[in-house]
Amino acid sequence: MRGETIKNRFLKLVLLPVIVLFGYMPAFAQSSQFSIEAGANIEAGAKVFRLCMSCHMVGDKAKNRTGPILNDLFGRPAASVKDYKRYSDAMIRAGAGGLVWDLDHINWYIENPKSLVSGTRMIFKGVKDPIDRSNLIEYLRQFSDNPANIVEAEPTILATDPDVHPSILAIVGDPAYGEYLSGECVTCHQIDGEVDGIPSIIGWNEEDFVIALQAYKTEHRTHEVMIMTARRLSDEEIAALATYFKTLGD
Amino acid sequence: MKMNRRGFLGAGIATAATLSAPMGIAASTNPKVVVIGGGAGGATAARYIAKDSKGAIDVILIEPTKTYYTCFFSNLYIGGFRDYASIGHSYGKLASKYGINVVHDWAIGVDKEAKTVSLAGGASIPYDALVISPGIDFVEGAVAGWDLTSQNAMPHAYKAGSQTQLLKAQIEAMPDGGTFAMVAPPNPYRCPPGPYERVSMAASLLKKINPSAKILIVDPKAKFSKQGLFEEAWSKYYDGMIERVGPDFGGDKVEVRPDAMEVVIDGEVEKVDVCNVIPAQKAGKIADLAGVTDGNWAPVSAHDMRSKLDANIYVLGDSSQQGDMPKSGFSANSQAKVCAMAVRASLIGSAAFPAKFSNTCWSLVETDDGIKVGATYEATDEKIAKVDGFVSKTGEDAALRKQNYEDSVGWYAGIASDMFG
Repeated sequence: MRGETIKNRFLKLVLLPVIVLFGYMPAFAQSSQFSIEAGANIEAGAKVFRLCMSCHMVGDKAKNRTGPILNDLFGRPAASVKDYKRYSDAMIRAGAGGLVWDLDHINWYIENPKSLVSGTRMIFKGVKDPIDRSNLIEYLRQFSDNPANIVEAEPTILATDPDVHPSILAIVGDPAYGEYLSGECVTCHQIDGEVDGIPSIIGWNEEDFVIALQAYKTEHRTHEVMIMTARRLSDEEIAALATYFKTLGD
Repeated sequence: MKMNRRGFLGAGIATAATLSAPMGIAASTNPKVVVIGGGAGGATAARYIAKDSKGAIDVILIEPTKTYYTCFFSNLYIGGFRDYASIGHSYGKLASKYGINVVHDWAIGVDKEAKTVSLAGGASIPYDALVISPGIDFVEGAVAGWDLTSQNAMPHAYKAGSQTQLLKAQIEAMPDGGTFAMVAPPNPYRCPPGPYERVSMAASLLKKINPSAKILIVDPKAKFSKQGLFEEAWSKYYDGMIERVGPDFGGDKVEVRPDAMEVVIDGEVEKVDVCNVIPAQKAGKIADLAGVTDGNWAPVSAHDMRSKLDANIYVLGDSSQQGDMPKSGFSANSQAKVCAMAVRASLIGSAAFPAKFSNTCWSLVETDDGIKVGATYEATDEKIAKVDGFVSKTGEDAALRKQNYEDSVGWYAGIASDMFG
């Protein structure tokens, strides 16, 4: 790639960045990271897909049913299947906001759909086992033939487990503190629950609320105003808000 | 004047005359807060103090206008994206639902020793804490040839209401191929992207009704908020229509002649058909009269918006020296909540938490194409300091820009109900 005579300094300037660019050495993988096994099992994946079959189709004869077809899923923006008419407003917003079904986000969504798109219509508790998910994703990949989608071209290490750590979910929120913090929220998210272009957050289940804000904090969701807002909230503050907004729905 | 059936002390919309025989206020032993200015800062502060104190504090709001037209979104009205009524709001709910004594009058003086506010109508109102949120006034003589008597020929439309209607009517009446000139203000001024959103909205309107019209911006500033984004939009949607003369070409040496409808830029005379003059700005006059300004603006503590010049007075919004925060409706609303919390803590001992502020400014450049900039802030001893922020990028896709616009519509509904109940 470069000339035969490479001086040491040149090595550091050129070769090292090139290594970094081509991604991540599995030897340095942390225990919480997840990777698609090289021998991920398409057959096993087909079995996992039975959980999805009641709503989704793949393959030659696939049609939109309760859920959109999953052919050509990899790399397409959320809510982009033209003939599918039943996307939730939340999914449409997510797609408009930049959500694309890349490997990272497919994995995130299949594990717990509501953690990525709170208002999704896909009522599915998720595939919790990472091996099952890995197999399922391998299975689905067969039906996306766009070379740009083929994951080998990108780093194959997925992001940290999208489930919010149980210790975070266990934090008990102080509703009085939540009420004070809510001042920042209610200019956009109206306190009487009215929706004029911004979703309502009144009365949400606390766990869903925390998962949503944590997803913005880690930038797994892409809305810039929400990322900025969530990034400066501590885990305690998020819990306080969750408790407060839940009480408003009572 | 009706007494509210729920029996809130002194509730109802009072005129200044009846205040001399206040209905029930004299009998109340609650601490009193007077709020001067019923805009994004004042209305929000009044509502939060009244609502969160649950009747333990008497709030009096002094606001001359009976219907408040928001400056924010007034550009969208100019562009034809909102109708006029939709940006107007009444104070009825603040009175009836929150028990705020809404007084439609002008505050003309503050006696800091006696702790009273004098009104133009003659009444004198005592306070335990005073919140001043009067917005801006224009610096006299800032634009040679222009004073308030010129605002009919060359509107500023930088305080929303009749001036906005006037400007829009003038733009609509321009002859084919005419020129709409804008004399933009120097920093700092309210709503940094405002003049440029206005240019975009005027261009959007003119593209439909007068496509050969031209827009000339005369700007004393070399750079402006979201400049790359606005310029991308102008080139994309309004190519050839908009010209900007910055300080390197005399944009800071301007004289206007309202009688002749001419703008003189560094000696060169331009005949124009409409001229929007936005002069340099300073704190609303009452802040000056109250003795809380230092130069053009009112210095405040970032922790609670308390004036640095008087312990019983708080200053919010455009008129304050707000550190890193821009002068915007969103900022005023954000500061008002910090202030309300501090006022309640000082008067009735309620809990006070560390101040947090934020701001997001959305600008509409054409149908379904909105751009935004925003940041979060914390209080330091020196100023309100920026923590984190974001700004739209050029080349973003249309779906995201449409989303920005829809978010801004949602925000507007939200802030309106946050201010007026």
